[in-house]
Amino acid sequence: MSKIPVTYKRTDFQSDQEVKWCPGCGDYTILASVQNFMTELGISKEKIVFVSGIGCAARFPYYMNTYGLHSIHGRAPAVATGVSVSNPDLSVWVVSGDGDALSIGGNHLVHALRKNINVKILMFNNQIYGLTKGQYSPTSEEGKKTKSSPFGSVEMPLNPMSIALGSEASFVARSIDMDRDLTASVLREAATHKGSAFIEIYQNCNVFNDKAFEQLTSKEGKIANRINLVHGQKTVFGANDEKAVVIRNGEAIIVDTKDVDASEIYVHDIYKQNPSVAFSLSRLSHGPYGPTPVGVFRKVQRDSFNEDVHQQIAAAKEQKGNGSVEQLIRSLGTWNVS
Amino acid sequence: MTTENKTIEALPAITIRFAGDSGDGMQLVGSRFTDTSALFGNDLATLPAFPAEIRAPQGTIAGVSSFQVQIADFDILTPGDNPDVLVAMNPAALKAHLSDLSPNGMLILNEDAFDEKNIEKAGYKLDPRNSGELDGYRVFQVPMEKLTKEALAEFDLPGRAVLRSKNMVALGLISWTFNRPLEDTENWINAKFKKTPEIANANIKALKTGYNFGITTEAFHHTYTVEKATLPPGEYTNINGNIGLSWGLIAAASKANLDLFYGSYPITPASDILHELSKHKNFNVITFQAEDEIAAAAASVGASFAGKLAVTGTSGPGLALKSETISLALSAELPLVVVNVQRGGPSTGLPTKPEQSDLLFALYGRHGESPLPVVAAKSPSHAFYAAYEAARIALKYMTPVIILSDNYVATGSEPWKLPNLDDIEKLGNNLTTTFNTEEGFMPFLRDIQTFARPWAIPGTPGLEHRVGGLEKEEGTGNVSYDSANHQYMTDMRAWKVANIANDIDKLEIHGDESADTLVLGWGSTYGAITQAVNRLNAKGVKVASTHFVHLNPFPDNTQQIVSKFKKVIIPELNTGQLLKLIRENFLVDARGINKVAGVPFTAQELVDKIEGLINE
Repeated sequence: MSKIPVTYKRTDFQSDQEVKWCPGCGDYTILASVQNFMTELGISKEKIVFVSGIGCAARFPYYMNTYGLHSIHGRAPAVATGVSVSNPDLSVWVVSGDGDALSIGGNHLVHALRKNINVKILMFNNQIYGLTKGQYSPTSEEGKKTKSSPFGSVEMPLNPMSIALGSEASFVARSIDMDRDLTASVLREAATHKGSAFIEIYQNCNVFNDKAFEQLTSKEGKIANRINLVHGQKTVFGANDEKAVVIRNGEAIIVDTKDVDASEIYVHDIYKQNPSVAFSLSRLSHGPYGPTPVGVFRKVQRDSFNEDVHQQIAAAKEQKGNGSVEQLIRSLGTWNVS
Repeated sequence: MTTENKTIEALPAITIRFAGDSGDGMQLVGSRFTDTSALFGNDLATLPAFPAEIRAPQGTIAGVSSFQVQIADFDILTPGDNPDVLVAMNPAALKAHLSDLSPNGMLILNEDAFDEKNIEKAGYKLDPRNSGELDGYRVFQVPMEKLTKEALAEFDLPGRAVLRSKNMVALGLISWTFNRPLEDTENWINAKFKKTPEIANANIKALKTGYNFGITTEAFHHTYTVEKATLPPGEYTNINGNIGLSWGLIAAASKANLDLFYGSYPITPASDILHELSKHKNFNVITFQAEDEIAAAAASVGASFAGKLAVTGTSGPGLALKSETISLALSAELPLVVVNVQRGGPSTGLPTKPEQSDLLFALYGRHGESPLPVVAAKSPSHAFYAAYEAARIALKYMTPVIILSDNYVATGSEPWKLPNLDDIEKLGNNLTTTFNTEEGFMPFLRDIQTFARPWAIPGTPGLEHRVGGLEKEEGTGNVSYDSANHQYMTDMRAWKVANIANDIDKLEIHGDESADTLVLGWGSTYGAITQAVNRLNAKGVKVASTHFVHLNPFPDNTQQIVSKFKKVIIPELNTGQLLKLIRENFLVDARGINKVAGVPFTAQELVDKIEGLINE
């Protein structure tokens, strides 16, 4: 991607449209984080495209002063694929929600990640359907009482990190709306990643699912439950690092730091080709309950779809020369009638 | 004419049908015979028919695959009505096709396949060769399997591979009988099996064995030929509709100075477009085999937003899945070509059979008020132009356009007189790099003639803007829930499409212009309708025809033409869809000739039915 030295202010990325999320919505903070981050991306804004589907989060492109396409429910990764592969020079971002990405658009998410399309997918997970006024979502916890589940949801929720890793995603990370530093650091890692990136951002819906992430955002919870994944560092957490993650028989488990030899504590490695450890980290919590890893789970190099497609085109042109329609219509053999 | 051991009878036209198990290679034999005849200079038209299953149970009627070709020394329009020659590789093929064979037709049987087991599997109680039901046909029994085995004994090939070459014996014998040279097929075999010369040599031996069987068997000493056709002068190629359509898209992209993006999910019978386009990467063509039909359409919308000539292709059920995405392109006013190669429906229906039953779906199969242009390919060689026309309209008017092809156009082939590409109009588009008002860029400020909005693509500095499926304010494109604006935008989208009527070819009358009766058609019935009208005119029946390429909007002289005739007859391979449109739009008491039998109309069938309606 060509980088142009451009100096932007956050306001350069604000569109002239009034932001219409509910007061207190976590989306505001994420929008500010993203707009801030765009100033350090080093890409001129006409080369930036935000694509979305349907839902509260999907209004995001209207508020970004870049190119934007607000598409249809669940299809943003597919739409973004078309944008990205058509012009590899673009920086393409998808903004989605848990319903959009994991329910109606689950198929597209899986395949965009598998193909390593050069798009960065931000999934705002609020564990509820907001725009349709409060039904349970594919990430709502079992037993969740909502308008469409008055006796409690009977469905097992999905684990977005596990889904992404199971889809061969080359970049997988998680952040939290209120933690702007964490979001910025994750976006920074994603932006330099070649291929698709999947970033789950826990986002509070203060109207329909308030405090869903309290165990990770409250004063005490933040300290007790956040496992900050930092490349090259030991995975210890708690006020005094009294808890640690170790990998035993391929399974990540939480132990008291004092009970294990320091050498057994897992040192996080985002570049590990084999996704098994990242997957086992994703299973430490099933939702934002109790100790939950945040940060970059995985960042591995493999060819992006975009590169491979354009390499094949370049190779075909080198081998056959630029296409000629005159030759094409004669390619099956011709005869003359005089 | 008599040569050493044969007489040659010249015929103006002949229709041959090859039928066998779907593993017997009948499509291959048919297309080889076709290509040889094309190179020889005949006019021709083909009709392949195969089961939806790749290998249905051997020897059963369900597994029969066939290929019909008509070759002629004059300009023909259809693959023929009833075959004059039927090659049946087994009893099931005989049972499935005998009723179509012309009286006194030539029937060539692979006698080795007529054992008790196969005869029973085909559903015969008695061996049809002895039951009298072949009386009235000229029957030739040929031991094709025995000939193949003997001829290929010298090759070190497993038994199954040997028997696979029996189709070449059949082709060799037919080549002898109809005086076609073998060289073209020999070259083709050598090229195809370049890496396995043993197999190439075995197939050529089998081909020659069939040919030599003709030389040495007295029964085959009366042979036939069809002389070169007197077609308009020019350079010709033999083309099927799927390839023609693919090339039309490539040509359109080239003439528009844009790159082509084709998003598709494999589906019969549209997949060959994906196969064809994916070969031509050196034209900067990007093909995207998506995870599903919706993603194929959605990626194409994304490609269109990014400035490609974007196309998504499918067949009936896939068009249903793409419906919401097409509405997005329509609402965002992005150019998009949607190819629908129709097949029998509803649901999975008849995946390998032709039908024209998606016309109303193409016109109306979207939520909301969502009109879009629809064009139809009327023959294999016309598919090129239909694709080109769809791209022209999409780019000029910033709208999705649906092309209707069908299985008959897509898989049938005919000679195509190559156009002079310099004579084909260049395609314009609405790409822009500049502000269109003093204040800045307004993405929904329309062109005053076409009502098209400007097309500013990512990468263009200063024109950053957002579009989407929410209603947009005229001019700014900002989200708007204003009631007057929604009324205005709905009207504008409809006007934009209706206005295209002034920018398309007018309907032309074929046949007897002074007639009282007009036969009105669209799409793949063109050949059968035109031939039927020619036959009726030749025997003094006054009738004319006209054919729609544009189904929405209709050409601006449609009212004038349909009102001019006392009787309007509309043959369609559906239960009366164009009929409904004509009746409601032009208040004409039109009559339908309708069929949904998984097979096209024959010209004679239309002759009889049109005459019946005229004399009513």
